[in-house]
Amino acid sequence: MAAASNNPPLLEVKNLRVEFPTRRGTLLAVDDVSFDIAPGEVLGVVGESGAGKSLTGNAIIGLLEPPGRIAGGEVKLEGRRIDNLPYEEMRKVRGARIGAIFQDPLTSLNPLYSIGRQLIETIQTHLPLSGAQARKRALDLLKEVGIPGAESRIDHYPHQFSGGMRQRVVIALALCADPRLIVADEPTTALDVSIQAQIIALLKKLCREHQTAVMLVTHDMGVIAETADRVAVMYAGRIAEIGPVRDVVKHAKHPYTKGLMGSIPSLGVRHDKLTQIDGAMPRLTEIPPGCAFNPRCTFRGQRCMVERPNLMSAGASRAACWLHDRGGVGAPVTKELVDA
Amino acid sequence: MIAFILRRMLQSIAVLLAVGLVAFSLFRYVGDPINAMVGQDTSMEDRALLREKLGLNDSPPVQFLRFIVNAARGNFGLSYRTSEPVGRLIAERIPATLELSFCAAAFALFIGIPMGVYTGLYPRHWSSRLFQAVSLIGISLPTFLIGILLILIFAVSLHWLPSFGRGETVQIGWWTTNFLTISGLKALILPSITLGLFQLTLLMRLVRSEMLEVMRTDYIKFARARGLTNRAINFGHALKNTLVPVITVTGLQLGSLIAFAIVTETVFAWPGIGQLFIQSVQFSDIPVMAAYLLLIGLLFVVINLVVDLLYFVVDPRLRSQGGAARVSGH
Amino acid sequence: MTTAPGGWLHRVTDSDVWWSFKSSPLTVIAAVVTLLIVAVAFLSPVLAPHTPFDPATISLSDGLKPPVLVSPDGDWTFPLGTDDQGRDVLSSIMYGTRLSLVVGVASVVVAMILGIALGLVSGYFGGTTDAVIMRIADVQLTFPAILVALLIDGVVRGIISVQRHDEIAIFVIVGAIGLSFWVQYARTVRGSVLVEKNKEYVQAARVIGLSPVLIMVRHVLPNVTGPVLVIATINLGLAIITEATLSFLGVGLPSTQPSLGTLIRLGNEVLQSGDWWITVFPGATLAALVLAVNLLGDWLRDALNPKLR
Repeated sequence: MAAASNNPPLLEVKNLRVEFPTRRGTLLAVDDVSFDIAPGEVLGVVGESGAGKSLTGNAIIGLLEPPGRIAGGEVKLEGRRIDNLPYEEMRKVRGARIGAIFQDPLTSLNPLYSIGRQLIETIQTHLPLSGAQARKRALDLLKEVGIPGAESRIDHYPHQFSGGMRQRVVIALALCADPRLIVADEPTTALDVSIQAQIIALLKKLCREHQTAVMLVTHDMGVIAETADRVAVMYAGRIAEIGPVRDVVKHAKHPYTKGLMGSIPSLGVRHDKLTQIDGAMPRLTEIPPGCAFNPRCTFRGQRCMVERPNLMSAGASRAACWLHDRGGVGAPVTKELVDA
Repeated sequence: MIAFILRRMLQSIAVLLAVGLVAFSLFRYVGDPINAMVGQDTSMEDRALLREKLGLNDSPPVQFLRFIVNAARGNFGLSYRTSEPVGRLIAERIPATLELSFCAAAFALFIGIPMGVYTGLYPRHWSSRLFQAVSLIGISLPTFLIGILLILIFAVSLHWLPSFGRGETVQIGWWTTNFLTISGLKALILPSITLGLFQLTLLMRLVRSEMLEVMRTDYIKFARARGLTNRAINFGHALKNTLVPVITVTGLQLGSLIAFAIVTETVFAWPGIGQLFIQSVQFSDIPVMAAYLLLIGLLFVVINLVVDLLYFVVDPRLRSQGGAARVSGH
Repeated sequence: MTTAPGGWLHRVTDSDVWWSFKSSPLTVIAAVVTLLIVAVAFLSPVLAPHTPFDPATISLSDGLKPPVLVSPDGDWTFPLGTDDQGRDVLSSIMYGTRLSLVVGVASVVVAMILGIALGLVSGYFGGTTDAVIMRIADVQLTFPAILVALLIDGVVRGIISVQRHDEIAIFVIVGAIGLSFWVQYARTVRGSVLVEKNKEYVQAARVIGLSPVLIMVRHVLPNVTGPVLVIATINLGLAIITEATLSFLGVGLPSTQPSLGTLIRLGNEVLQSGDWWITVFPGATLAALVLAVNLLGDWLRDALNPKLR
């Protein structure tokens, strides 16, 4: 809600589609996804693995792994279209305007170069600084991300750092050229639980200070609830619900989100048991007609079986569910019909 | 790290002693050294005298020690075939072999590695597929056949290049070199290609598969996400990470280059130690065989040590772990 | 769907390995070429137009005839021409291929038996035995096979006389190549023994008093069939090349008993005069044989272990 709507958005994603051509036909891994991120805003993107959230992030930074490709829609950064830029143009955007943080800090750093060298190399790629100036900036960044004894640590190699420290280095690398947006793909999943909170707190603090927006991709609702301003919930390649974090967490509008919220334990509230959603997300080859969630949905009606819902207003959020349409979900479906 | 290097050096010395033992056993127990040195009509007394004089009646450990000490001084006795000192025979011929192996290695490295990088970066390009197919043929063709084919084309049919010998050489001290005359350089071309081609295809295939592997790693993806240039990613980050296995194989191959020089030298009548060795095998000239064996053993051990040291230069992880995670491949 | 009873053929044609074989045209071609060469080589007494190494049937006046297809001087009795002694090149190749194949296969078998035995012993007994065998393997591995084979051959020449050497040359060379290729088998088998040794069923078998040899043969060998087969196929190509190289160097099979390598050496001696066919045809046969065998080996490795690719 903090993000004022009168400012132009920093990132606009419109009707994004990502395809994977395979021998058995083309898979639509991201299907008609649209969202905005305002300057300085943290957007959480949450969903099960395979929901298309990481692919959406990769599509934005232009690093989809072949044969995956953007098949439709557009991505605009600061009003400029970036999804169709030539490789060399997009390279200049990456690292400079959009930073990225990946899941595993152990494997994100080149083991053969000192962290200082990797930082300086990135800084000098994007900023017109001399060697000494770049080293100074690298040191400042290391201090900023909380590496103790940065002056001596700068010439150390990745294997000499712990997992948490390495992820701090990765964050420093992402911030090298002061980007406007950071795409953080599961930044804490590979870390110890005790370190996760520190890294998230650091990321949040730095982005507030640098006025950097974040697209935080994770499957951890807890992280999102703590960090994000807004949340997009993805299911089977589509956005199921998007809205301010408090609304999505407390008053979920999509049955899937409700199930997802039911599965986080929260402190202070006594749960007799955690609820869970029956069944599993369908594979991309087996997405049912109508609403992709219908086989698992307890509110399923006739309409859900045949017609695919688009995002529609539901309170402060928007949800892709016929429950929020004036037409409703249609007549309830009997069990036999579903099995048939 | 120093402890590791010391340990490796001790191992090397052990290997050398083992090779020395084999060479000594050959020298001492295969055939009778006396028979080879004297005529048919030498009397039994003279033989016994010679036997005593050469110390062949001493206990085997003493003889072994003497053998090793002599070998260390470059004294390997007389050749059965030519009755010349083996040390001198080898010293005369070693420049030819080393120059040939050097050129072949340079050919393999400077063409094989770039080709491997190229085919690794663009595995789907038609030229990469062509290189890959040709390399399989290169690996399947025996060295001597490649040599014969080259002679047939460039010497017999086209008359462009000589098919045998070193051409004119220049004497510098005891070293004779091919590098200072046109005819010497021309004579080097076909043998170097023949000797280096197998290593070239091997290196190309190795670098290719390592590059493919490295390009899939997270740190390359992260390097792209940092917006580094392709040049920095391909040559700075990816190539350097393929170096450890490449160094291992290059080291091993360098050794086998010198061994395979035997074949190439035979095809091109190249007057090196390989040709000397073949002649000694045919005549069962044991002192020359023993000396050659020790020499090759020494070369292998030195190369392996250099390879181990290069690992430390390339990979910082080894520097701090004391070589515990030494890359396997031996 | 065949309903033939006892359908082992069906079981073969239904397996994954067969499927991967069929779906790789290059492999099928390689298999056909290999089979063709093997068949022609072993039927050479029947198929060959001449018996090239019977002095009674050759005549110097037939010497150095070029192949029919490239020269009007050719003679259809000698389709690929003749060498300087008047021997038919085609027949020499057929007999020579047979020798090359026999030596190649025999030395692979020797290496395999030696390697498996040493690997079993090394892995099962461990301790000093293991250390000694594996150190020998390490040292030997640093020397190229060709060098080891040359040394062994040279030593044998030192021990026995020249005439005796020519008579038993084929055994010497099989032994020399076999001894230089055992290391890979031994390492593979040893690794597998070390894995299996501590499994419960082996412990159980030991407890109920089965002999260690029986345990090894029954439980370990079936596990290593795949990798050993792969190594053997890849080594077959190498063994054929090694034999050809040794013979080319003049320390392998003698000219009275010429393999492909010997033929190439004999041809190479007259190559300068432009009589290329004496060298080129045996060379091409050798190249085709080794390439085909290597392709089969590559395929087998990938088919049995897709991860290795």
